[in-house]
Amino acid sequence: MKEELFVSGRNIPHIDPYLHLWTWEIPLYLFLGGLAAGILFFAGYFYVMHKERDMKATIKWAPMLVPFILVIGLGALFLDLHHKLYFWRLYTIIRFQSPMSWGAWVLMAITPLSIVWAASYLKEVFPKWKWPFAWLDTFEAFVIKYRKAMAWIMMILSVILGVYTGILLSAFNARPLWNTSILGPLFLVSGFSTGLAAIIWMSKSKYERKVLTRIDLIFIFVELFFIIHMIMGFQAGSEAAHEAAKLFLGGEFTVTFWVFVVLLGLAFPATLEIFELRGYHVPVWIPSFLILLGGLIFRFVILEAGQITRYLY
Amino acid sequence: MRYAMAVDTKKCVGCGDCVVACQTENNVPHGYCRDWIVENVAGTYPKLEIELRSERCNHCENAPCVRCCPTGASHIVDGGIVLVTHDECIGCGACIESCPYDARYPHPEGYVDKCTFCVHRVTDGENPACVDVCPTHCLHFGDLDDPNSDVSKILKNRKWKVLAPEAGTKPQLYFLT
Amino acid sequence: MKTRRDFIKISAAGVGAAAIGLHALSWDSVTAQFVADGDTSPVSDEELTNYPTFCEVCFWKCAGFTYVDKKGNIRKIIGNKDDPHSNGRFCPRGTGGVGMYWDEDRLQTPLIRETKADGTQYFRKASWDEALNLVAEKMNKLRLEHGPECLALFSHGTGGKHFSHLVKAYGSPNITAPSFAQCRGPREVAFTATYGEDVMSPERTDIRDTKCLVLIGSHIGENMHNGQIQEMSEAIDQGATIITVDPRFSTAASKSKYWLPIKPATDIALLLAWMHVIIYEDLYDKAYVEKYTFGFKELKEHVKNMTPEWAYGITTIDPNVIRKTAREMAAASPAVLVHPGRHVTWYGDDTQRSRAIAIVNALLGSWGRRGGFYNPEKVHLPKYPAPPYPKPKRSWRDAYPPGKYKLVTEVLSTGICDASIPNADLDCHLRGWIVYGTNLMASLPDQKKTLEAISHLDFLVVIDTMPMDIVQLADVVLPECTYLERYDPIRTSPHREPYIALRMPAAEPKHETKPGWWIAKELAKRLGLGDYFNYENYEDVLDWQLKKVGSSLEEMKRIGVKKFNREFDDLYFLQNLEDFEFNTNTGKIELYSTELEMEGYDPMPKYTHHEEPADGYYRLNYGRAPMHTFSRTSNNHNLWDLMKENSVWINPKVAKLWDIENGQYIWLKNQDGIVTDFPVKARVTERIRWDSVYLVHGFGHTDKKLTRAYGHGASDSKLVSKIHMDPIMGGTGMRGNFVTFLKEKPGKEVNA
Ligand SMILES: Nc1nc2c(c(=O)[nH]1)N[C@H]1C(S)=C(S)[C@@H](COP(=O)(O)OP(=O)(O)OC[C@H]3O[C@@H](n4cnc5c(=O)[nH]c(N)nc54)[C@H](O)[C@@H]3O)O[C@H]1N2
Ligand SMILES: Nc1nc2c(c(=O)[nH]1)N[C@H]1C(S)=C(S)[C@@H](COP(=O)(O)OP(=O)(O)OC[C@H]3O[C@@H](n4cnc5c(=O)[nH]c(N)nc54)[C@H](O)[C@@H]3O)O[C@H]1N2
Ligand code: SF4
Ligand code: SF4
Ligand code: SF4
Ligand code: SF4
Ligand code: SF4
Ligand SMILES: [Mo]
Repeated sequence: MKEELFVSGRNIPHIDPYLHLWTWEIPLYLFLGGLAAGILFFAGYFYVMHKERDMKATIKWAPMLVPFILVIGLGALFLDLHHKLYFWRLYTIIRFQSPMSWGAWVLMAITPLSIVWAASYLKEVFPKWKWPFAWLDTFEAFVIKYRKAMAWIMMILSVILGVYTGILLSAFNARPLWNTSILGPLFLVSGFSTGLAAIIWMSKSKYERKVLTRIDLIFIFVELFFIIHMIMGFQAGSEAAHEAAKLFLGGEFTVTFWVFVVLLGLAFPATLEIFELRGYHVPVWIPSFLILLGGLIFRFVILEAGQITRYLY
Repeated sequence: MRYAMAVDTKKCVGCGDCVVACQTENNVPHGYCRDWIVENVAGTYPKLEIELRSERCNHCENAPCVRCCPTGASHIVDGGIVLVTHDECIGCGACIESCPYDARYPHPEGYVDKCTFCVHRVTDGENPACVDVCPTHCLHFGDLDDPNSDVSKILKNRKWKVLAPEAGTKPQLYFLT
Repeated sequence: MKTRRDFIKISAAGVGAAAIGLHALSWDSVTAQFVADGDTSPVSDEELTNYPTFCEVCFWKCAGFTYVDKKGNIRKIIGNKDDPHSNGRFCPRGTGGVGMYWDEDRLQTPLIRETKADGTQYFRKASWDEALNLVAEKMNKLRLEHGPECLALFSHGTGGKHFSHLVKAYGSPNITAPSFAQCRGPREVAFTATYGEDVMSPERTDIRDTKCLVLIGSHIGENMHNGQIQEMSEAIDQGATIITVDPRFSTAASKSKYWLPIKPATDIALLLAWMHVIIYEDLYDKAYVEKYTFGFKELKEHVKNMTPEWAYGITTIDPNVIRKTAREMAAASPAVLVHPGRHVTWYGDDTQRSRAIAIVNALLGSWGRRGGFYNPEKVHLPKYPAPPYPKPKRSWRDAYPPGKYKLVTEVLSTGICDASIPNADLDCHLRGWIVYGTNLMASLPDQKKTLEAISHLDFLVVIDTMPMDIVQLADVVLPECTYLERYDPIRTSPHREPYIALRMPAAEPKHETKPGWWIAKELAKRLGLGDYFNYENYEDVLDWQLKKVGSSLEEMKRIGVKKFNREFDDLYFLQNLEDFEFNTNTGKIELYSTELEMEGYDPMPKYTHHEEPADGYYRLNYGRAPMHTFSRTSNNHNLWDLMKENSVWINPKVAKLWDIENGQYIWLKNQDGIVTDFPVKARVTERIRWDSVYLVHGFGHTDKKLTRAYGHGASDSKLVSKIHMDPIMGGTGMRGNFVTFLKEKPGKEVNA
């Protein structure tokens, strides 16, 4: 028999018997970040592709939500900080080796951008909208003129944001479950997929939905591929990685992960989307809702499971 | 200069004195600790073995906690001691997540805290509090660059290991086996 | 088993979606809590003021310094490097002694028991004057009506000296401590019978210089007596062989070259077999045995058939191992030390087991030799002038027929209990108790008997620092300040060289607590015994005494510890076979004890079989955890952090049989149907045998006023209801109790 115990009674809140320091704020923050990145990326992309007229939900409607999404996300991050009064310290320095640092900076850049973008469409979406000050109208005109440049910046920043949501975790190689370079692309793809799902849900145009659904299917398949790849990577890895994978292969998170994330959050909505593309009638909100929910659960699972895993010594 | 500590698992009795001494020396709040004792029992009665380890921050040479800190609150000072500046720390917890040894803890006042190698004593030329209190003399501290330091000498004469070397952190807490 | 290696298996318990957000729900704000006020960052020693003290967390009495910050807060206690008890290093309990001072649950004011109209009783806060007057009134009445001999004092710890002085002045000889009949008694009697001298405290064991250390049960490393653990560590460095005989895989066993996992209660057989090997393989120290011992021939004859093979059948120890270890000891002789142990009241034949240990040492020639037992010396401080004590006419011994416990050398705590229960042969039972610094409910076996004795008392006065179990039973509670807030008698204990140490206050007494010397003096005044306490302040006494030995209070306040030269250069007084007359009947080391024979006991130890657990029952083994002292530290926040409760150690085979999981809370019931008050956590571990379970002593407090300790763990004391009395000296063998497991919370009726 092997027995291991802390004989000094160590029992630190949030750390023992296993790490659970990050609870709901960080996964929510990561989910919302990915979602916002997805929406902004496609807004930018289709704007640059001159689809402003055909893809209203993508370019105009969905981005209206992004400032709120980002602010909620940032709020969650803020809530997670235990030394809140010192929050401003984040913005006194850029530390490139710290994903937390550049993530905070990217958000600092992308949030105002998303506000400006959304504001520039306010009048189009809500025809009765009036700016309270005249200078805002001047500013609006100026912004509209530079929409293309903004679209490009948005695309770049949203890819960074999307990747960041994964890299934030994969940078922690202390947690074998997160210690995989696939987490960056995986969270990027997953974030974009949730973005697409949100837009599809909002879209009233069949054409727009079709275009987006096709893209989404690709993303879902790539995501599934990454997931399998990730698990196989763990299986082939060190003992700690092996143990980490076990969490999903018979361990605590097996059901949550395979049923809620993979089946209900990816495979089932993908099937529904295929049916829809084939012309069957499927209520739009069902696949979208499932993808969004799956994406959210996915981040919770990775966060919680990841914190349990550790080096074995 | 490269400070390091060696822990003699053969002599440690797991009494926890190093933990209490740290608590009173550094005012560690009740319920938290900067060092702790792990007991590993292996075998079947009566063929048994015990390994006792007094663990704390490893003051890693390649410290992930410092790398991932967004504000620079976690930093490395002379002698390789890894420290946290409390009023630069936002309490984001990234460093806690990044430490393979669970050596850091969220201080109830919000910042993150951990073993400092008793830098306030070490700079005065004294040993850390835990080293000075250990009744079995099983903790050895000193400068690895100085071949005559207590820690250099014992590491030369004894077999040792570090914890989770595969994490690549280059820990500076050595366990004599 | 919960190990990090198995983290997945444990967490697998909660399968499924439920896991999601579980922690999200239990999220609590870390920032909501605050640490105690004051400076929270570490400060360098230069910014602290230090005051000498010696530790009172156990009886090793290490000297050190209490460090106080600018605001007057006690921050830490650090050992004094000049002190041979600590060598500058306190044990965890001593380091955590600050927790005694800071404990919010401390007794704060004197308390007097009152009865409400409806019969319920409660403690009323009282002024010192009122409380002291009441105690004095009761003591005066007792003296007048029944004679002063009807008072008893239980006292354990340094401050108790003030009260034994008071009680002797009052006229009673009934002064006792649980450190004899529940602790060292059998050892002291056995060694005195053998060598004419006892082992003393701190033990005169030369662990530092030994080449072979043999531990019979004595679990150094868990038993954290500082000097011994430090010297054992030194001995390991010097390459000494350690042989540990213990049914449990103790920490010391894990450091040993040989661990002999003996069947409990069979040590005498092993010791006799060792004697057999040592004698019949001619391994004994012939010159030494020849010159100093009496009865070798008889002993040789006595152990003739006690071969390792014979012992194997009893102890389950492989005969080859018995031979090998005997040879290993002999090879190291005379620098070999078969440790006499300290808490030796195990099975009722403990004096005889201690005798066997003394004899093995004698055969190996270790008494008076380097690496064996040295000859300690101590400074004799003159007594502060006081009138002679009155001569008592009766004593607790009247409770027993004359032939009982003939070799008892100190007052039996359990004897005081017996003498407090009215009995036809007693012309007067003891009617008043003063209890200083001993938690009798945890320290004495057979709680029922203790409670019965207390029920016959006219009054019970308790002087303590904490609301311990015994305090619940008091009529008057007098709160003493902790050792960090008071002067006490100078520590002068025997050691290789004579040393003295000073304890002085590092802070004002908290709340309305008072130092023991003040309480004793105030009581004396009210009893008309003021002459015995002829000083204003205890500092006067200390200064007077210190000046007599060439120091002063002023000097001691600076240095804390002072070393003196030995009077005689005889640390290892038998090293070169010097002539020596032992203080025994024969003037020799008595392998064959004439004294025991005269009193009608076996002159040489014999193995006797002890009762074994019935089916489904397990022997209750108990001992120490390094971070706690008995019951006194269990509420100390610094130490509570290290260990909040005890657990019951169960062998995995037994656990499987009972389907008990590691970490599961269960209840224990003993052979007399007594059940633990609280559930205790099972620790499923290979470190314990399948025929016994193990508890760390001192847990399971029943007073809710101990906010941390209350309800945590199981009290071994409660389960020790059966006593195996040592017929020679009245020691209370406590390891002959058996327990079984209850997995469900027991109903009221079983708990009766
Ligand atoms: N941390 C700490 N240290 C202390 C104290 C404390 O409270 N806390 N108290 C101090 C005091 S006053 C005393 S008296 C000492 C007591 O300390 P010791 O003298 O060492 O105590 P024992 O009860 O003799 O030893 C307990 C050991 O005996 C073993 N044992 C049980 N039954 C048998 C048996 O049949 N045969 C053999 N060979 N071994 C057996 C147990 O498994 C356990 O390991 O500790 C002192 N040191
Ligand atoms: N079941 C069982 N019984 C045992 C033992 C065992 O292992 N198991 N061990 C036995 C042994 S070896 C011994 S030596 C005895 C020890 O027995 P005790 O010395 O009675 O041990 P404690 O239970 O620690 O009780 C100490 C009491 O003193 C109080 N106290 C502490 N400091 C001070 C102070 O400065 N002033 C005053 N006035 N009071 C103070 C504490 O609050 C506590 O109430 O127990 C014996 N009884
Ligand atoms: S003080 Fe020393 S012996 Fe005690 S637990 Fe710490 S390292 Fe081990
Ligand atoms: S042990 Fe942990 S906290 Fe200490 S330096 Fe290494 S990674 Fe950082
Ligand atoms: S919690 Fe503090 S020290 Fe740790 S990474 Fe965040 S800011 Fe840095
Ligand atoms: S070195 Fe100092 S801070 Fe670190 S564990 Fe030891 S006592 Fe604590
Ligand atoms: S051994 Fe520990 S508890 Fe006992 S007197 Fe020394 S420091 Fe205090
Ligand atoms: Mo004792």
